[in-house]
Amino acid sequence: MNSRFVYFDNNATTPLDPDVRERFIQALDLYGNPSSMHMFGRQAHEGVEWARGEVARLLGSLPEEILFTGGGSESNNTVLKSVLHPDFPRRKGKVITTAVEHPCILETAAFLKRFGVPVAILPVDSEGKIDMNRYVDELDDSVALVSVMLANNEIGTIQDIADIAKLAKQHGAYVHTDAVQGVGKIPVDVEELQVDYLTASAHKLYAPKGVGALYRRKGAPLFPLIHGGHQEKGLRAGTINGPSIIAFGCAAEKAGSLLDEEYIRLLRLRTKMRDGILASVPDVMINGHPEDVLPGTLDVSFFAAEGESILLSLDIEGIAVSTGSACATGSLEPSHVLMATGMDAELAHGSIRFSLGRFNTEEEVDYLLEKLPPIIERIRKMSTISRKEVHQ
Amino acid sequence: MSTKMQWVYTEKVKDHFVNPRNVLDDEDSFGADGTGMVGSMACGDQMLVAIKVRDGKIAECRWKTYGCASAIASTSMMSEMVTGMSLEAAYHITPKQITEALGGLPEHKFHCSVLGDKGLRAAIDDYLEKNGLENPFTKSVANIVCECVGVTDQAIEAAFKAGAVSYEAIQTATGAGTVCGKCREKTEAILEEMEHLYGKNHE
Ligand code: FES
Repeated sequence: MNSRFVYFDNNATTPLDPDVRERFIQALDLYGNPSSMHMFGRQAHEGVEWARGEVARLLGSLPEEILFTGGGSESNNTVLKSVLHPDFPRRKGKVITTAVEHPCILETAAFLKRFGVPVAILPVDSEGKIDMNRYVDELDDSVALVSVMLANNEIGTIQDIADIAKLAKQHGAYVHTDAVQGVGKIPVDVEELQVDYLTASAHKLYAPKGVGALYRRKGAPLFPLIHGGHQEKGLRAGTINGPSIIAFGCAAEKAGSLLDEEYIRLLRLRTKMRDGILASVPDVMINGHPEDVLPGTLDVSFFAAEGESILLSLDIEGIAVSTGSACATGSLEPSHVLMATGMDAELAHGSIRFSLGRFNTEEEVDYLLEKLPPIIERIRKMSTISRKEVHQ
Repeated sequence: MSTKMQWVYTEKVKDHFVNPRNVLDDEDSFGADGTGMVGSMACGDQMLVAIKVRDGKIAECRWKTYGCASAIASTSMMSEMVTGMSLEAAYHITPKQITEALGGLPEHKFHCSVLGDKGLRAAIDDYLEKNGLENPFTKSVANIVCECVGVTDQAIEAAFKAGAVSYEAIQTATGAGTVCGKCREKTEAILEEMEHLYGKNHE
């Protein structure tokens, strides 16, 4: 087994930052229920409210506009399912979303549809941007909610949320963005984006799993997904996960302070990786938007080499990546995101996502660039289509 | 955290994946007596099997695969297993035997291993056809799917290859499922496998 370990799967989840880890461990001793009035509860409560302030600061919102949830999927479900509530303005009004959303949006949209909510799924172009003309066509005064992700988890394409929101506002629709992949990597400001709701997740920010945030603009309608106690203003029942939330706050604080420097550093690493792959491996295609893209996300399609084979070969060398083919999960369908960009299934099956993060170094990119070309060559040699179609 | 984590598959799978045996390096100079191509790129698996036959036995078996680690490893394994085997025995090799020889595959990867034996059968079919020989094996590997009409999986496969790519078309072409209808599920399962083997829009 290889002695080197390189983690290039930060979009799936991030390692714990050592500072966050320390804070988390300290917070584990704040066992009081933040809802309790005694000293133990107050201490925990204080930590949670500090974290709320930090998350708010990272998003440019007010602390009281931040709601802690059990994660990104829960935040997204809460917003989307709110349109079913009898008190939601334009109840069962149309919902507009996109073909490249995370499954927790697409599946929830399909669920809404079964409840009679009209749902429009916007197509994207070959670089992953939504079709603005189609969007404008779908927009009318019956629209209750527009939900478009800020940055795509697979190809990293960043959508023009501010423009999308501006147009939605003209029709009185509420706007949500799933910003799980964007927060902490690119500047995110709810005022600039003009959104009513925004989803963030702690474990994409070097904090523990199982905690997320939902920004809700003051006055925007929202109804609980989980009923019970009066925690989080009655919008999310359940004992507050103090330690994880405090770790989230710490992670948000750190992400904010490192934002500019990390953006530049990751973009440089991504460029190096992209150029290195293009120079050393023939017949590849870089996916996503050339400029409006997350600094640490590089999605590459390798002609005539199947994704899982590449993934496992890299794994043997100690390099962790993810694939755009779902073969590893037993499904024959390649990634819905790549298919939505109009890519051939063949090519999509040979796609690999490299996602860089805070702890990746230039040496690691060099290491990948050393290991990858022979792997692709080896796989292509065995491939049925390495013969004619490719090297020409 | 342990640094010696287990690989997703068995060591045997890993070995065949990293050091595949009998890869077909140069199709033109190999001079195959029979070749078979199955699977579709769109499904993420495609395989080419080429054989040389001497005295009714498989003298050499070479292959190429576009596919995942399981597909590569199972073809590699298969090529070793059938070398020296009589055509008859080779024709009857099953995915189960191949996966067992590999020490097992995760259940959801089983479909990745069905290409090997299909590719081999296609290569043997090709060899027999090229030499104007009767195919004595086809019948013995057929299974009855529709009891009422007596339709076999092979009849369904043949109908699929001839363009019957939906359940209704299979019904029209073979009569399967036109009496009690109990065989529908089995037929649809075969149809799904065929889509995987030959592509959805096979014509
Ligand atoms: S078993 Fe096929 S119709 Fe009855």
